[in-house]
Amino acid sequence: MTAKATREALGETLVTLVEGGVDIAVVEADLSKSTTTAKFADAYPERFFNVGIAEQDMIGVAAGLAVGGQVAFTGSFAVFATGRTYDQVRNTVCYSGLDVKLTPTHAGITVGPDGGSHQMIEDIALMRVLPGMRVLVPADYRSAKAAIRAAASTPGPFYIRLGRSALPEIYSEGHEWEVGRAHVLREGSDVTIAACGVEVAQALLAAEALANEGISAEVIDVATIKPIDVETLAASAAKTGRVVTAEEHSVLGGMGSAVSEVLSEVCPVPTRRVGVADTFGTSGNPDELMVYFGLTADDIAAAAKELL
Amino acid sequence: MTEGLSDTARMQASVATRVRAGALRMRRDIVEMIGAAGSGHPGGSLSAVDIVATLYLGGILRHKPDDPSWPERDRFILSKGHAAPVLYAALAEAGYFERTHLKTLRKLGSILQGHPDCKKTPGVEVSTGSLGQGLSVAAGLAAGLARAQDVRPAAYNTRTVFVLLGDGELQEGQVWEAAMFAAHQGLGNLVAIVDNNGLQIDGACNDVMSLGSLADKFTAFGWEVIEVDGHDVESLYAVLARARAHTAGPVAVLAHTVKGKGVSFMENEAGWHGKAPSDAQVAEALRELPIAEEKGIQ
Repeated sequence: MTAKATREALGETLVTLVEGGVDIAVVEADLSKSTTTAKFADAYPERFFNVGIAEQDMIGVAAGLAVGGQVAFTGSFAVFATGRTYDQVRNTVCYSGLDVKLTPTHAGITVGPDGGSHQMIEDIALMRVLPGMRVLVPADYRSAKAAIRAAASTPGPFYIRLGRSALPEIYSEGHEWEVGRAHVLREGSDVTIAACGVEVAQALLAAEALANEGISAEVIDVATIKPIDVETLAASAAKTGRVVTAEEHSVLGGMGSAVSEVLSEVCPVPTRRVGVADTFGTSGNPDELMVYFGLTADDIAAAAKELL
Repeated sequence: MTEGLSDTARMQASVATRVRAGALRMRRDIVEMIGAAGSGHPGGSLSAVDIVATLYLGGILRHKPDDPSWPERDRFILSKGHAAPVLYAALAEAGYFERTHLKTLRKLGSILQGHPDCKKTPGVEVSTGSLGQGLSVAAGLAAGLARAQDVRPAAYNTRTVFVLLGDGELQEGQVWEAAMFAAHQGLGNLVAIVDNNGLQIDGACNDVMSLGSLADKFTAFGWEVIEVDGHDVESLYAVLARARAHTAGPVAVLAHTVKGKGVSFMENEAGWHGKAPSDAQVAEALRELPIAEEKGIQ
């Protein structure tokens, strides 16, 4: 399989869900081609609502569709779909416990040239503190499809973080998402690398590089940030005694924070957080930005070695 | 604009009497429950009483208090969620829950939260409280119900979504995003009622932030607009029935009301937006709101 962006899973998976009998509605805010919800609009125009450039209304309309009994998915970009709509997501969707699934695309710095205004690196932090919200960060196209299917079949609010840039294949065909489960992708004994999203592929590369230096790294895909898989993380931390977290997100409040919070209680070990420092993004190509913000396999491997 | 109504849209005298009696009990309940809670929003609850009473007790809303999730029900969303007491009073009056709950308003463990919570209160469709969001939700709900009807015409009768907004609330930009959406979608099963009492927390709406002509605004956004005396239950019935029957697109009912209506010392006073009456003030208010049966109505 060639590399594909997680966003490419959105429109087509929603179409297959309707074909499978799920009563889905999709609300978009003028970004259907970028998010790929246009594929859904073409297949099921009567289930698709474009609210125009009005993200708060997008969330409200989705909430209303959910109140009426449908499973409502929303589009737009991560920066608008979380920041601009925070009160709508909090007070209408989560407080009411509605079947609204936020599936924005273009999260993180791999948005690239659009720059800091459009590179959302605070969304995991914002979403995971909301009571009742489940937060999923797929690491490749197939797991994105699985995440969307899981959200559709699990009642209540979901946030699924999707990206613009193509990612290498991690999971095989038929992969199913278990909400709340982290996946050990590579076993190791010296250090645990807990990664999510874009950083999972980088973590696997880092583990390979570390192995060449005689360091055994365990790689975990923390695919569900909330509820977080304490058991898997604690077992690995107990085994290796060191944890590196890696995410395409601010180091404040994201997956690294979530992992640190639970491990500090059940299995405190020395930890390094790889992520975007407390700063905004900037224009550049995704590959350049991965280097610029210190998110590459080399950066992860260096962080691991600091702990040894 | 209430001329030319058909007889079928007129409220029967016996129904009008029942609604007036219910509205009177609701006003008493509102004053008493906010007094007992020690906090709350009496002004905007009292201004909306006749509107909500006409909906729930006057035969406008099709609903089953003993079956709150009845699929064929009409829907009501209180976008101005701080007026929760008026909704709770109506739900209790209609029989959604025991009246004894009213005195638990805002207390720990109560099913009656400070603002409507659909997870706790039977008959509350969606949680509200952060202003400006209810019209979007109502529009999404109306769109979904209308589509469901297209797909399964035999399964449902026309279900109408009513949403009550405050006039101050219309300062929220999301309201106008939703207004565009509702008109664009041609939502003929959506009725937005504006409780146009002219006041908000900091004073007169038009001193705080001018709203201009609401009729012109909604008209410009592609809505049908009907204005009505928001305290005349017979006019409200006629207008709401007409709005319900209008299926070509969304209707805005601009209900002209008095904040604090029914309690003289609260009327037209912005200070009573979010303040609880003392025990003495509750007693004084109740003297102005005689028990319906004692007035010879029931």
